[in-house]
Amino acid sequence: MDNEIKTLKRALDQATPTPSATKRARDLELALKTFNAAQGSTDPARLPQDPAPNARGFLRGFRNMITRLNTPMALAATSSIAVASLAAFVVLPNLDLSNAPPAPIPASETRNRAAVDNAADRSIVSAPPEPVVEAPVVIEEQAATFDALSNLKRAPLAFERAPASMRTGDEISRLQGPVASSERFANDVAHGVTVTAENSVSTFSIDVDTASYSVIRSSLTQGSLPPAEAVRIEEMINYFPYDYAGPERDGAAFAPSVSVFETPWNSGTQLMRIGLQGELPMRDRRPPLNLVFLIDTSGSMNSPDKLPLLIQSFGLMLTSLAPEDEVAIVTYAGAAGEVLAPTPANDRAAILGALQGLSAGGSTAGQAGLQQAYSIAETMTEEGEVSRVILATDGDFNIGISDPEALKSYIAQKRDAGTYLSVLGFGRGNLKDSVMQALAQNGNGNAAYIDTLSEAQKVLNDELSGALFPIANDVKVQVEFNPAQVSEYRLIGYETRRLARTDFNNDAVDAGEIGAGHQVTALYEITPVGSAAALSEPLRYGGGQITGDPASDEIAFVKLRYKAPGSQSSRLLELPVTKDTVTPDTDARFAAAIAGFGQLLRGGDHLGQWGYQEAIDLAARSRGSDAFGYRAEAVTLMRLAQTLSEK
Amino acid sequence: MQVSDAELAHQAAAGDRAAFGALIHRHYDLIFRVAFRFSGHRQDAEDLTQEICIGLARKIAQWHGQAQLKTWLYRVIVNACHDKRRRDATQAKAALGWGERELALRQAASEEAAAQDWLWSAMGGLSPVLRDTAALTVGEDLTHAQAGEILGVSEGTISWRMSEVKKHLRDLAQKETADG
Repeated sequence: MDNEIKTLKRALDQATPTPSATKRARDLELALKTFNAAQGSTDPARLPQDPAPNARGFLRGFRNMITRLNTPMALAATSSIAVASLAAFVVLPNLDLSNAPPAPIPASETRNRAAVDNAADRSIVSAPPEPVVEAPVVIEEQAATFDALSNLKRAPLAFERAPASMRTGDEISRLQGPVASSERFANDVAHGVTVTAENSVSTFSIDVDTASYSVIRSSLTQGSLPPAEAVRIEEMINYFPYDYAGPERDGAAFAPSVSVFETPWNSGTQLMRIGLQGELPMRDRRPPLNLVFLIDTSGSMNSPDKLPLLIQSFGLMLTSLAPEDEVAIVTYAGAAGEVLAPTPANDRAAILGALQGLSAGGSTAGQAGLQQAYSIAETMTEEGEVSRVILATDGDFNIGISDPEALKSYIAQKRDAGTYLSVLGFGRGNLKDSVMQALAQNGNGNAAYIDTLSEAQKVLNDELSGALFPIANDVKVQVEFNPAQVSEYRLIGYETRRLARTDFNNDAVDAGEIGAGHQVTALYEITPVGSAAALSEPLRYGGGQITGDPASDEIAFVKLRYKAPGSQSSRLLELPVTKDTVTPDTDARFAAAIAGFGQLLRGGDHLGQWGYQEAIDLAARSRGSDAFGYRAEAVTLMRLAQTLSEK
Repeated sequence: MQVSDAELAHQAAAGDRAAFGALIHRHYDLIFRVAFRFSGHRQDAEDLTQEICIGLARKIAQWHGQAQLKTWLYRVIVNACHDKRRRDATQAKAALGWGERELALRQAASEEAAAQDWLWSAMGGLSPVLRDTAALTVGEDLTHAQAGEILGVSEGTISWRMSEVKKHLRDLAQKETADG
């Protein structure tokens, strides 16, 4: 053997560490568990390794963009750093701070009031009139089991990875302990089955929050099943984008669509899906937007998951801006400075150039930065325009006003003057989540945590637009079932959103808001008359029952009420539902799988023998194009839950 | 006498849990070692090892004795490592493992680190394809034919790659002499 090769062999042998015994035992246990599961299942649902065709195109697009974004940086930084920033896009842990407060400003406030009205004994995290974070934000480490079971296109970044797989049980419970004890979740007993002949009307408020899903994800990735009360099924279902048709008619804020299909877990019942698609942000119709990026360029931002990811994220956001929007960039660190004067959003070259020119260094000293950002925002604002400062930081909130109360009131005062504030957190170890939340809430904005470029896509493109432009307030749904066609029904989820029948027409009763592009899905499990799946029998004496209209083909009549922003009186949308069932499309099947998953996590008793494996199979078959990989991630979470539930 | 790999694998494929456990136990070190040498990063190796062990639970039923179990196992490991690299969208992550370490070690600049430093420059300076080839032929003492079978290329390709690896190592040695 050649000398070089010998040296290489010796060095390789020396460098290779011994695997730890704990890790070995844990891996063996996991493998055996999977082995058992594989034996029990004839058709194990497997995630294909390759992303779906659409996703592939999507990723390629991103890659191009990142390449473009990174080229000048690569020249400026060492090649290793450039490589690291490239890796950050796929590689960062999917840390769960994304359950930012429900964004639209008056929404959370009013929704909570409605919720309080409707269930006095419920644990609401805090009370009006403060804008409210409905579920606490949970900062948790990524558990390694998630990586192992995952086919996701992200994995924790090497240097900051917590080797969770090597944690002892004690360590894990220590990590979970304080979180579990301080968490409070808003929930209520699940809706039971209602006999249509006794009560044919069901009323609820819509809910566009998705926080529950994030909490569930963080619990599962941490290696424990979420507490049942943390599971709000409607928020799980609504986390995912569906392909609903938008409103056609001019002036309608959203379009409802209803379809009926067979229930995966019960052949004797059907699912009735009500889908609402908020009007998509029409770039020519929404008010021009002025954005001031206030970027922390202190030395601590010099890490691939901070400044480089931030630059990519903002670059991404530019694609969803309209030509008449304007962008300015201010940095704070050492000396605050205007990096980019207000520039039309379609001058991408200038904006991207300014972003790429940013580099981290210096200490944080930012009051001047914040004040400068606001004053620039004020000069940009013209009649009818929306202005927002977007503060991006890893937690160095030394933006000058040292008294937090003074800072909050400063931000609130600016909000009243018309400039809002959103806060984006990057990186780990220094993040002050509570400060982020407080500032954003005072600024009428949202706080979000960006750990991957795909989270940036979700927060900055998909959700920020919804949060910025509410299109319908107090959206209520009322469904009247025809007892001649439907013997029983059950609303899945929306426990904290139920309304009294008379609330529907009462415009004084608050309900949820829909923002531009938001989607809402509600599922009813219904039992057709004559189905063997009916749980109740006709009453012998039949007194006081609603008989319905046997001549009608309609199984239900759906009514929606909403107020246009600024309006005090509501509009009504109505929609009859006939008994024709359809073959469920992928969206319908996926929503059903998630509904089943949620019920399994809650411990519902409506699923019979249908379990995690069935949910996994159904969801894995219904991923559709899944351009964002959310559905693939959900399948991974289901598998984790399956494994954990077998413990 | 020890039960052979093939026998264990046949039993595992037929659903024997204990046989499967024994198989994993027996080859755990190998899996970890190869994963480490492919990734150049302990934590990546740990994640990969776990993923591979779980994957084997599902894949073992597909082994029908068509190849030597060890060859098949190497192939599973290599595929998992490659999948991970693909998942990381670019091969940047793999380079990151080695490159990052290289940076850290350069900063440390201690005598003790010097020997390892050489390894990180040696491995980190190779393209992923060459690095994988070196990890199998040098690290695992496999013949060029065996490595070729695992990586799905011809023996000749492996031989060519190894000559490239040697060239790289020689260049490195020359550079060290020049620097030193």
